[in-house]
Amino acid sequence: MLRIDRGTYDAIVAHARRDHPDEACGVVAGPEDSDRPERFVPMLNAARSPTFYEFDSGDLLRLYREMDDRDEVPVVVYHSHTATEAYPSRTDVSYASEPFAHYVLVSTREHGAQTGLVDDEVEFRSFRIVDGQVTEEDVELVASESQP
Amino acid sequence: MAIEVRIPTILRTHTGGNKTVSGSGDTLGALVDDIDGQHPGIKGRLVTDEGKLHRFVNVYVNDEDVRFTGSLDTAVKDGDSVTILPAVAGG
Repeated sequence: MLRIDRGTYDAIVAHARRDHPDEACGVVAGPEDSDRPERFVPMLNAARSPTFYEFDSGDLLRLYREMDDRDEVPVVVYHSHTATEAYPSRTDVSYASEPFAHYVLVSTREHGAQTGLVDDEVEFRSFRIVDGQVTEEDVELVASESQP
Repeated sequence: MAIEVRIPTILRTHTGGNKTVSGSGDTLGALVDDIDGQHPGIKGRLVTDEGKLHRFVNVYVNDEDVRFTGSLDTAVKDGDSVTILPAVAGG
């Protein structure tokens, strides 16, 4: 089960739409052992491709240093698919390197770069990928603590 | 001689859960061999059969990506710090 607040959900979807037709990618960091995705960190897709994403290696180091300094881990690792379903590809599975992360896939194949989220469903699904096994999980949207 | 190597979560099965290990060597390749001697199996996760660093493993010596410093031939010395981070990538 992925519990994520509405603001973070919207931010991920907005990022996917903004970068369409390239894949968007990033993490949501949270306190180690909390399983709470709290800090949204969109990343540059160094591949800038509609079918591939990769964090730039310098960005990756800075991100992990920063999370280390803050006692955080990547609770969510997200990316978008721009022409296929929101399901991990074989490439996604082979490169999944964070065994405790929730892998979020957003598909912009239907809605592309449309803005406006009211009544506008996108495919947003979450998975665990451990030792090459994909397990889908429910996504529960929770109210942000900062919002009423 | 001690060089600290930071180990990512996914490789900690080889290091008994340790986030950092210590090793020695004059080059990154020698260091990897040394670490593999202490923690068998870790080299296979980092280096291909052709003896090159895996494309989707990032290694940094003192914060420099070793792709730019000679890869496994990168010189290392006592007091250096090495960080291993699998690429975050997919399709």
